[in-house]
Amino acid sequence: MLRTEEMLLNVGPQHPSTHGVLRLIVKIDGETIVDAEPVIGYLHRGTEKLAEDLNYTQIIPYTDRMDYLSAMTNNYAIVHATEQLMGLEIPERAEFLRVIVMELNRIASHLVWMGTYLLDIGAMSPFLYAFRDREQILNLFNELCGARITYNYMRVGGVKWDAPPGWIDKVGEFVQYMKKQMDEYHGLITGNEIFIQRTKGIGIYDRETAIQFGLSGANLRVTGVKWDLRKNQPYSIYERFDFDVPVGQTGDLYDKYLCRMQEIVESLKILEQAVEQFPEGGSTMGKVPRVLRVPEGEIYVGIESPRGELGCHIVSKGKDKPWRLKFRRPSFYNLQILPTLLKGENISNLVAILGGIDIVLGEVDC
Amino acid sequence: MNLMMVVGPVLLLFIVLGFVTYAILFERKVIGWIQNRIGPNRVGPWGLLQTVADVFKLLIKEDIIPAKADESLFRLAPVIAFVPAFAVLAVIPFTEKIQFADFAVGLLYYMAISSITIIGILVGGWASNNKYALLGGMRSAAQMISYEIPLVMSVVGIIMSVGSLNLHEIVEAQQKVWFIFPQFVGFAVFLIASISELNRTPFDLPEAESELVAGYHVEYTGFRFAFFMLAEYVYVFAMASLTTVLYLGGWNAPFGLTFIPPIVWFILKFSLIVFFLFWVRATMPRIRVDQLMQFAWKVLLPLALANIFITAVFKEIPVIGKFY
Repeated sequence: MLRTEEMLLNVGPQHPSTHGVLRLIVKIDGETIVDAEPVIGYLHRGTEKLAEDLNYTQIIPYTDRMDYLSAMTNNYAIVHATEQLMGLEIPERAEFLRVIVMELNRIASHLVWMGTYLLDIGAMSPFLYAFRDREQILNLFNELCGARITYNYMRVGGVKWDAPPGWIDKVGEFVQYMKKQMDEYHGLITGNEIFIQRTKGIGIYDRETAIQFGLSGANLRVTGVKWDLRKNQPYSIYERFDFDVPVGQTGDLYDKYLCRMQEIVESLKILEQAVEQFPEGGSTMGKVPRVLRVPEGEIYVGIESPRGELGCHIVSKGKDKPWRLKFRRPSFYNLQILPTLLKGENISNLVAILGGIDIVLGEVDC
Repeated sequence: MNLMMVVGPVLLLFIVLGFVTYAILFERKVIGWIQNRIGPNRVGPWGLLQTVADVFKLLIKEDIIPAKADESLFRLAPVIAFVPAFAVLAVIPFTEKIQFADFAVGLLYYMAISSITIIGILVGGWASNNKYALLGGMRSAAQMISYEIPLVMSVVGIIMSVGSLNLHEIVEAQQKVWFIFPQFVGFAVFLIASISELNRTPFDLPEAESELVAGYHVEYTGFRFAFFMLAEYVYVFAMASLTTVLYLGGWNAPFGLTFIPPIVWFILKFSLIVFFLFWVRATMPRIRVDQLMQFAWKVLLPLALANIFITAVFKEIPVIGKFY
C-alpha cells in the first residue's frame, strides 16, 4: 500500500465559486473531502452595532447591503418590525407596492441563483440568459425608486415613492414575459443529462437534520417540510393571494433547483393577482410622526426572504434609535450545514453543494 | 532538398497561427451570439484585432516564476505541451497535394505524438508547486489517458476497412461513402473522446474554472501561458482536421460537386467541426471527474469495441460488405 497524505486546500476567499469572500479550509484525501471548515467574516461591517447609533429610517439603507440580491425583503424586515412595535396602520396601496417589489425581487434573486449555480457546474450560457431577464426587473425597480441594487425604497409607515404612471402595467407585461421564459429555462437546463448527473442524489439531508440545523427557505422545503412564512405566519397582505408552497421529495440538489424554479412560478402567480387587485389611488405613506420614537419593548418578526427566514429583532428603550438590533440572516444559518454535507464528497461536488445552499456573503457576515 | 520542404512548414506555421488568432475570435463571437451578447468588437473593425491585442498583452506581461516552483521544469512544461501540437500537423493531408509527410503509419504517429502533450501538462501542474495546479495536472493525466484508449479504439474500424494507417489512403477510400455513415458509432465515440482530449467543455475538468480556478496553468503568466493556450488551439486545428480526414471524406467533394476546389471542401468540413466544438462549449455544463472516468471506461470503450466487432462482421456480408 502506498502511503498517502491528506492535503490541506484553501478555497477562497478569492475563488470564482465561493460567491463572494467565503473561505473554506478543506482537508482532502486525493479528491475526497475529509473535512471542511468555513471561515467567515471577510465582509463583516458591523451593521447591527452601527444601527444602535442610527435612527430607524437611517438603518434602512444599511439593510440594502446585507442580502444585496434581495434588498427589498431586507428593507421590509426592518420597517415591518418597527411598524409592529409602533402599531402603525399601513395604507393598502403601500402594502400592494411592497408585495409587488418583494416578489419581483424574489424572482430576481432566484434568477441570479440559477445562473450562478449553472456557472458553478460549468455551464456558461444560462447565467447570461438569467441576467437578461433579471435586467427587466432591475429596470422596473430603477423606474420605481431610481436604484438597481440598493433600493432604500421602504419607509416605516409605507413606501418612499408611488409607482409612476403605467408602471403596474409594465409589471403585468413582465409577468407574462417571464412565464414564457420559464419554458426556455426548463428546456435548456431541467432535462440536461449532465446537469441531472451532477445534481441528482448529491448533497442529501433529511428533514430532521434540516430542522436541527435551523435551515429555512428552499433548503428546508426541499426535504418535504411545507414551511413558508408567507403562508404559516402571514404578514403584509399575503393571505389575500392564492399561491402554493413548492416542496421537494428527496432533498438533493436537483430538487433544490426544481423547488426554486417553482418558487419563481408561484411568485409570478402572486404578482399577477397583485397587479389585478392593485388599488386605484390612495396614499403610499401612513400617518407617521416626524421623529420616530418607538415605544419601549421588544419584538421579533420573521419574513420569508428568497433564502429563508429573515428575522429582525428590535429591543427599544423608547428612543429614536434601537437599543439593540439583531438580524436573523438565513444565509448564515443555512451555511452551518455545509461541513456536514461536504464530508466524504468529491471535491467537484464542493462547488455544487455550496452553490445549492445559496448563500450571499453580505448576509452571512452582515 | 527542395525549396518547398523549407518554405512549406513555415507557411503552415503561419496558417496555423492565423487560424488560432481567428479561431479564438470566432469562438468568442459564436459564444457571444449564443449568449445574447455581441462579443469582442472594440479592437479593429468587428473586433478583428482583438486576439492580436490579447497576444500583445501576454507578451509584455512580467514573466513570473513562483519562488517555490521547480524552475527548470516550470520553463520546460509549456514547450513539451506545445511542440507535439505542431508535430502532429505534419501527417494531415489537407488536399491530395498539400501534405508534409506521407508515411505508412500516419494515424499511429498522430496518436502517439499527441499523447506527449499530457506530459507537458502534468509537468506544468507539478512544477508550479500549487495545489490547484497539481489537482488540475493529475486530473488531466487521468482524463487524457482514459480517453486516449476509446479514441484509438474508435478508429480501428476505419483501419480495418481501409487496411492501412496511411491518412492519405484513408481519404482515398472515402471517395464514394464517407466513413461517418458506415462507422457512425465509431464517429460518435471519436468525437466525444476528441472533445475530451482537447480538454474542452463538457470535459474541461483539468482547468475547471469554478473548481480549480484554472487548473494546471494557474501559476503561468505571459508568454508561457500563451504557449499553453496556443497548444490547446493548435490541437483544435489538428483534431478538427483529423476528424475531417477520418470521417468526413477529407477533401472529397460530396454529390459530385467537384468544380469547387478540394481545399475549399476541406476548409468547409473542418470549420463545421470547429463550430461544433464552440457550440458544445456554450451549451453544456461540466461533467464530474468520477463520472468522466466511468463514462470513458464503461460506455465509450465498450462502444468502440462493439464497433470493431460490427465492422468485422459486416465486412464479411456480401452486399453491405462493400461499404465497409
